[in-house]
Amino acid sequence: MREINPRICDTTLRDGSHAMAHQFTPEQVRAVVSGLAEAGVPVIEVSHGDGLGGSSFQYGFSKVPEEQLLAAAADAIKDKKLAVLLLPGIGTKEELRMAAAYGAKVARICTHVTEADICEQHIGLAKQLGMEVVGFLMLAHMVPPEKIVEQGKLMESYGADCVYVTDSAGAMTPRDVRERVTALREALNIEVGFHAHMNLALGVANTLEAIECGATQVDGATCGLGAGAGNTPTEILVAVLDKLGYKTGIDVRKIMDVAEDIVRPMMPRPQVIDRAALSLGYYGVYSSFLLHTYRAAERFGVDARDILAELGRRKVVGGQEDMIVDVAVELARQQGKEPAAVGRA
Amino acid sequence: MPKIKTAIIGSGNIGTDLMYKLLRSPWLELTMMVGIDPTSEGLARARALGIATTDKGIEDFLRQPEVAEIVFDATSAKAHRQHAPLLEQAGKIVIDLTPAAIGKYVVPPVNLGAHLDAKNVNLVSCGGQATIPIVAAIRRVQPVKYAEIVATIASKSAGPGTRQNIDEFTQTTAQGLVDMGGAERGKAIIILNPAEPPIIMRNTIYAMVEDPDQAAITKSILDMVRTVQEYVPGYRLRTEPLFDGNKVTVFIEVEGAGDYLPTYSGNLDIMTAAAVKVGEEFAKYLLAKRGAAVPAGV
Repeated sequence: MREINPRICDTTLRDGSHAMAHQFTPEQVRAVVSGLAEAGVPVIEVSHGDGLGGSSFQYGFSKVPEEQLLAAAADAIKDKKLAVLLLPGIGTKEELRMAAAYGAKVARICTHVTEADICEQHIGLAKQLGMEVVGFLMLAHMVPPEKIVEQGKLMESYGADCVYVTDSAGAMTPRDVRERVTALREALNIEVGFHAHMNLALGVANTLEAIECGATQVDGATCGLGAGAGNTPTEILVAVLDKLGYKTGIDVRKIMDVAEDIVRPMMPRPQVIDRAALSLGYYGVYSSFLLHTYRAAERFGVDARDILAELGRRKVVGGQEDMIVDVAVELARQQGKEPAAVGRA
Repeated sequence: MPKIKTAIIGSGNIGTDLMYKLLRSPWLELTMMVGIDPTSEGLARARALGIATTDKGIEDFLRQPEVAEIVFDATSAKAHRQHAPLLEQAGKIVIDLTPAAIGKYVVPPVNLGAHLDAKNVNLVSCGGQATIPIVAAIRRVQPVKYAEIVATIASKSAGPGTRQNIDEFTQTTAQGLVDMGGAERGKAIIILNPAEPPIIMRNTIYAMVEDPDQAAITKSILDMVRTVQEYVPGYRLRTEPLFDGNKVTVFIEVEGAGDYLPTYSGNLDIMTAAAVKVGEEFAKYLLAKRGAAVPAGV
């Protein structure tokens, strides 16, 4: 019997938005939230994949306004907590206020792992609105543990209740997770969390490692629905933690049913680790680049892996989706394709 | 040829870079650099160049207001809100480089001469200076239903002001895309990238245009790029505009002139370059009003 039980946040309706090309409907949101709440998932995240206000040419337009999805979620969530994601620079305090008005109780505020000082006002506002605040340090594989500690302390000083080691590229091995989570645990007086992607097939193992190192909040997505090869599948994580004696408060059979009966039929494509998804983890590239990279690779006639390798080499960060086309055009030109043809494709 | 006297308030990175650009201006004379930190490197550099300085802030400048007719404010939005009424009272023309957005927006290739009787003009934001001209270039060919820009800058070139109030950037720039670019709706995104060596400022402009006339839009954009290059030499297209259905995509990079700030800081360079351009336009206007001969072609 474990003393500390991790709290699971299900992000099917946020990270999964990437895999759905941001086409979730209010009916789908209502069905998934309802199932997750019934299964006992304590925190349920709903937002555009790139956070509130993410609907754009750059990331993909949402099928329906975010307000409608939040309203549908709030309607079905019962006593569970509604979480939203916000990336300062993309969304603003205005969207955070809107989400709070729709009943969001947890604000997950994300910055690149070295740029925490851009979110002071957003964390401050979320606290002022009475929300619980989680600070997300994205692409945490890119810097050593000391840097994560420095940035995590900033988020703590702004009022965050928890800081996440966010493996946005699904590029970490269990050792990377251990070093980072342990360092944050030792340096902070607030909770530490962990968010994984399946690009190297290590999502469940890494999440387990994080929990063993003291992470008390972890993320999952049913059927793994998420960017890249997807996130740690909530139903698998719940089953594994149950076997190990952790109490997540989530019913193993019911969460399996949510995944299989509600979420799987919505999925446009299976969540697999193909060579492009594996390349995300291998080259350390932001997972949401996957579908955009497929499109650019096809449009400009270049190998998706070449695009991802080049993006990794340039140390592109989360949100720089415009670089995919930029790099694809450059590669096409290097490979002898006519620039005019490229331009008029 | 007579010049119009100017002062810079703010001796930080932007003010110092602006100082070097003003020293080259045929229309503007920099007479004073105003700071608040006696140990400021910008003030030391100004002194070494023989320019009058004060480290006692705007109050000291206001004791000798005849020193300058045009004042560049390169402090912060918060400081500018305090400076604006004081400078107005003193009858100064103010070119505001902060995001305070008190005055009318000016983006040189779009509306350079539009507010020459105003006492306070604002330069929107670095992303606005870099992208609004492109939206305007598309708009002069066909209506733009929606414009969206993504400005990516090196972490090292984003100062504490930008970092503490990043929403100010996105909201002001989005407004500029509509008010100045002529788009029906606007959205702005800013991304900080910490890669080493630091990346050059990049801007991606997306415009929603119904049935775009590719040749005419491309030509208009190329013309506009040349216009911006007249005062920002490092402003360039990374590739020809891309057309995909009703989406027009334009990639711009801005390399700085390296006057004081490193060349990757194109985001800061385009602000100081625009400030000089606007200041010179005011100077020409003032001189013309006073009957001074303005040589043609300058």
